[in-house]
Amino acid sequence: MKIAQISVFLENRKGRLYDVCALLGKNKINIRALTVAESEDFGVLRIVVDKPQEALNLLRANKFTANFTDIVAVEVDDRPGGLARILKLLQSTNINVEYMYGFVEKFSNKALLVFRFENIDKALEVLKKNKIKVVRKDQIVKI
Amino acid sequence: MEIKYFDKKAETVERVQLRKLQLARLRKTVDSALKAQFYKSRLKKCGITSGKDIKSLEDIKKIPFTTKDDLRETYPNGLLAVDLEEVVRIHTSSGTTGTPTVIHHTRDDLESWTELVARCIVASGASRKDIFQNMIGYGLFTGGLGLHYGAERVGMTVIPSASGNTKRQLQLMKDFGTTVIHATPSYALHIHSQFAENNVSLEDLKLKKAFLGAEPYSENTRRKIEEIYKIDVYNSYGLSEMNGPGVSFECVYKKDMHTWEDAFLMEIINSKTGELVKDGNQGEIVFTTLCRQATPLLRYRTRDLSCVNPEPCKCKRTHRRICRITGRSDDMLIVNGVNVFPSQIEEVVMKIPEVGTNYQVYLEKEGALDKMIVKVEIYSKMFKGDVAHLDRLKNRIREELHASIILRPHVELHEPGSLPVFEGKAKRVVDSRPKL
Repeated sequence: MKIAQISVFLENRKGRLYDVCALLGKNKINIRALTVAESEDFGVLRIVVDKPQEALNLLRANKFTANFTDIVAVEVDDRPGGLARILKLLQSTNINVEYMYGFVEKFSNKALLVFRFENIDKALEVLKKNKIKVVRKDQIVKI
Repeated sequence: MEIKYFDKKAETVERVQLRKLQLARLRKTVDSALKAQFYKSRLKKCGITSGKDIKSLEDIKKIPFTTKDDLRETYPNGLLAVDLEEVVRIHTSSGTTGTPTVIHHTRDDLESWTELVARCIVASGASRKDIFQNMIGYGLFTGGLGLHYGAERVGMTVIPSASGNTKRQLQLMKDFGTTVIHATPSYALHIHSQFAENNVSLEDLKLKKAFLGAEPYSENTRRKIEEIYKIDVYNSYGLSEMNGPGVSFECVYKKDMHTWEDAFLMEIINSKTGELVKDGNQGEIVFTTLCRQATPLLRYRTRDLSCVNPEPCKCKRTHRRICRITGRSDDMLIVNGVNVFPSQIEEVVMKIPEVGTNYQVYLEKEGALDKMIVKVEIYSKMFKGDVAHLDRLKNRIREELHASIILRPHVELHEPGSLPVFEGKAKRVVDSRPKL
């Protein structure tokens, strides 16, 4: 199942990341996973939140440049080699990972990782066939 | 002080004789201008159908000014006054809206240009004994080729190094014992700042003189460059519409620039009213070519601000001098010697769909060189959350600007609505470079 990640464009200005987090916090939106991709003079904040549509509307209403990006949240065995096993599988089926990052909390005894794939549908198919669990939208809320 | 001339007769001609020569050449110029599509209809409208209609130099007032817009609108051949077969070279400069301006040259035009540049070089005291490193752009830009041929005419040993690649410039200066350089003042300063990094000291060099131009600079900057290099600096003025360099140049007394009045009829006007101003008062320089066949220009408004110094010079040249250029009567920017209009930048950034509605241009000094930063707001609907996409966008803006304005500015992406909004006339350019 695809999950909507929110990407926020951040120009290189003091306190800009704080502005986003403060806005979401004030409106009781919980960040489940986050990462910042940075370039020379701007950054892109990527977040997975409990209420994505509400968060996107809120950000846009506050003049942030933000958009949804489809990602997959994958359960990974929390032990040495756990991630390697999944990456090997993806590699052998020619699925490219654009970027990935980890969730803040755990859901079960497994670690949760966010993947952005070049071809998301093919990736989901491969994961399903190999019985690798992906997180459902409604589960994000409950973490 | 020993004064040398390249063409003593022409350079020291009596003023009365000079004025007679100017009138004869002006009439001839009007005759050839009448062969160009553009001037044919324009001169007819003010009752001029032949050079004979110009009875005195004052009659030039009957002729309307020619502007850069006229040059753009007649691109490419509207100002051409000879058969294309007669043309041996073309120089173009970038225009504000993508339309360049063009100057065609016949063989005689190039010959006359070369001689004017040779006069300038000799006026500075340089000679065939000198090793001349020409550190300025070659190609369509007139600075490189202009000085190049003038220096060869004088018999100097010419190193056509062009601009950039400081390391190699220093190597050439060392290996060949360069005695004279031609550069922009900011590049001359930049090169000096790279001495230590390249293990070069002043003692390794044999530099005596620098011809500096293509961008305005102050007397203080001249002194500073003279001091750090222990050389003499001569100010050079020219513009592509008047060939390029070789219009006005300082003699050994380094006090204002002699303008070759047998080749260019000079007027200084009030840029608002178009009226002539008195000698010594500041105004916009207006030139009429007196020797050009392929592209005669009548009363061309340069937009450069200066004033005439009518005092006789100790060098005995009778051609009047103009003061340092103090600014522009339009919004043209000069960045590292390159002329840029803000509208050119707007034209480029606004046609890129990912760019929003606002942009700003920042100019600052980075060491001795100018740095241009173009800040653009991204268009939020085009944001897909992809960093690589944004990096590609930045590069694209940079490369498209480079194609249009020759410079490769630094590009910054900003959030929509984050750049200052202006009511009325927008202040798109923030120039924090120190004033002259």
